[in-house]
Amino acid sequence: MDANAKAARKKKVTNVILWIVLLLLFIAFIFPFLLVLINVFKTKADITMSPLALIGSHGFTLENFPNAMKKMNFWVAFKNSLIITCSATVLTILCSAMAAFVIVRNKWKACSLLFTGMVASMVIPFQVLMIPLVSLYGGIFGVLNSRVTLILMHTGFSVSMATFMFHGAIHTNIPLELEEAALMDGCTRWQTFWKIVFPLLKPTVATVAIIDAMAFWNDYLLPSLVLGRKELYTIPIATQVFYGTYSTDMGMVMAALLLAMLPILILYLFLQRYIVEGVTSGAVKG
Amino acid sequence: MKKNTTSYKVSQFLMFAGPATILFAAVVLLPFVYGLYLTFTSWDGVSKTKPFVGLENYIKAFSDSAYWAALGRTAVYTVIAVVLVNVVAFLLAYLVTSGIKGQNFFRAGFFIPNLIGGIVLGYVWKFVFNRALVALGKSLSIGALSTSLLATTGGAMLCLIIVSVWQYAGYMMLIYVAGFMSVSKSLMEAAEIDGCTKSQAMKNVTIPLMRSSFAQCIFLTLTRCFMVYDVNLSLTNGEPFNSSVLAAMHVYNQAFTYKNYGTGQAEALILFVICAVVGVTQVYIGKKGEVEA
Repeated sequence: MDANAKAARKKKVTNVILWIVLLLLFIAFIFPFLLVLINVFKTKADITMSPLALIGSHGFTLENFPNAMKKMNFWVAFKNSLIITCSATVLTILCSAMAAFVIVRNKWKACSLLFTGMVASMVIPFQVLMIPLVSLYGGIFGVLNSRVTLILMHTGFSVSMATFMFHGAIHTNIPLELEEAALMDGCTRWQTFWKIVFPLLKPTVATVAIIDAMAFWNDYLLPSLVLGRKELYTIPIATQVFYGTYSTDMGMVMAALLLAMLPILILYLFLQRYIVEGVTSGAVKG
Repeated sequence: MKKNTTSYKVSQFLMFAGPATILFAAVVLLPFVYGLYLTFTSWDGVSKTKPFVGLENYIKAFSDSAYWAALGRTAVYTVIAVVLVNVVAFLLAYLVTSGIKGQNFFRAGFFIPNLIGGIVLGYVWKFVFNRALVALGKSLSIGALSTSLLATTGGAMLCLIIVSVWQYAGYMMLIYVAGFMSVSKSLMEAAEIDGCTKSQAMKNVTIPLMRSSFAQCIFLTLTRCFMVYDVNLSLTNGEPFNSSVLAAMHVYNQAFTYKNYGTGQAEALILFVICAVVGVTQVYIGKKGEVEA
């Protein structure tokens, strides 16, 4: 009895210590974000003087936000990011789900060739493709500086991984009998896919949507190579305008960084479970 | 409609896989092949002609001392970052699976850096290193902190490592969490009955069973660190004095700043081959010693 109570108490104490360690680690992890958050409401001079103070000597200010929004053209960049992310995500899902369907259900040479090529290509990093990509589509075809080009390129780069994931889902989760029944009832392959198979793929659609939407939203290198005109910039590229040749206005930088992070953080607040699950299951399969 | 005719097969294939095939071929296959061709030309990015130069670009790449310096730096950075990321991630995973109150909250919190793009993260940390830490160093009069770490040669690399560990630890933690969950309770109980202490059980039961989690995390961190560009650009931009230019940044500059497309592509290919060889070796070693539960 006494020994038991002692053990229980010891366990409680270790738990409290562990909890404090975790809390400290947690604070250390979000410390950079906290710094941005406290400095965004200070004047430029206060940030330079005392970046660690909670409130600057000139008091609380909101004017960093309109200034930064104006300089980085926030709403235009936000609109561009949104259009590009949404279209590329939808396109990736549609293209790869259809491709995976035909690959899984037929033993044609073209199918296995395509699938092998896609799986093999997943090891190629973007850095190996960027130089020929720019010389082909910028130099020869001259189709850079367009949102449509970027959307198609995003889709092309993510289609192999997505096809791979849909391939697994169709292979293990969709019973062949279901499709045969639909074919018997007079559905064409096309109808069978859209009416029977695709609705059953919802969990995989969610996973692919989360992984790809986050990747497209945050991507810097590809958009920076494709989009040369200011009115086409996405948010990651737009944050760069603050680090020009002349001295940087830290107040505006803080506001811009917060604005760049806010959309995803808000989304994370609501979709946290799905995002964490989606990203991990994507990594496990990849 | 006949189901065995070639035209049926072709139309079915094109209808379903056509868009994916075209896009995939246009942005992955074609550039890959075209990139191989580029390495045998000396193109400046502007002129209409691409003079054929044979193996000259590869010779240039092998004698480019700045490239090898960047590769060496990348190798050192990758080794240190991979070890630290995985140690930190494993410890975090251990802490958040120990049944503590609010462990889901902590898991979600440690994952936050992965939600945000490398370019923005780099700028956030630039502020931390340049302003916040300097202010802290001045107010506590710690000499080492009163100048920015980013302004010193070794310091900039150290900053890159710190940011990478911070950035990837939360992601890898989630994979290790899944690994911890997959070790069955009955095995742990059996170990306890056999008289294992907690650390012995960890060393002899949990870690061997989590081998695939380790292999996977190391592979992911390895390939990501080797190819890092965004954070490198926004945090240090290669400075001071080009002392923190990593391999991907060197390749980018070679092609797009100095307009040596052929040499740049040859260097990118060499980088890819090194990365692939290291990755495959690691997967092979990881597979060889896998334990079945």
